[in-house]
Amino acid sequence: MINVIYFAVAFLIGLAFVALYRAYKGPTAADRVVAINVITTKVVTIIVLIAAITNQNSYVNVALVYALIGFMTTIGVGKYLLKGKLN
Amino acid sequence: MNYLLSGIATVFIVSGLFFFMVGALGLIRLPDVFSRMHATTKADTLGAGLVLFGVIIWQGVGFLAFNILLILIFIWITNPTAAHFIAKTEYLRGKSIEKDDAK
Repeated sequence: MINVIYFAVAFLIGLAFVALYRAYKGPTAADRVVAINVITTKVVTIIVLIAAITNQNSYVNVALVYALIGFMTTIGVGKYLLKGKLN
Repeated sequence: MNYLLSGIATVFIVSGLFFFMVGALGLIRLPDVFSRMHATTKADTLGAGLVLFGVIIWQGVGFLAFNILLILIFIWITNPTAAHFIAKTEYLRGKSIEKDDAK
């Protein structure tokens, strides 16, 4: 079971680099926002898996805060693209 | 019983990794912003749900499982909301939409 979780962490890191390629290459700004959103979901999953390996309960709170920051980033960038300002 | 729970958790985690892989494949292969969003949002939401549910099954009922369930509900609320907002933004900006669907 530990080996399955190690494999899952390594696989998700590889897929995060695949999404980072789209964030680097993407033609429009919305491509980059979608790719960063995908990377955020993957990083939250990686943090939860590492918390399950090491039995540290506080890492799960780190993952929750990271998901919140990712959502705020997406909404902020979308609103900036739509209006040209942030208020 | 412990082996059975570990087996079920392994099946859930591997299924979630498969859906993550489908999402990343759609992100690099599809041609348009809306197509990429269509691929990644649903696949990532389902993949994260399956992987986190597998971790919940593996850990058993407890404080860690409750926190992971909280993250799961938060991801299931915010991920479609963010995708809907990006789609609305890109549709209202209107620079990457192909205008040939009126013929």
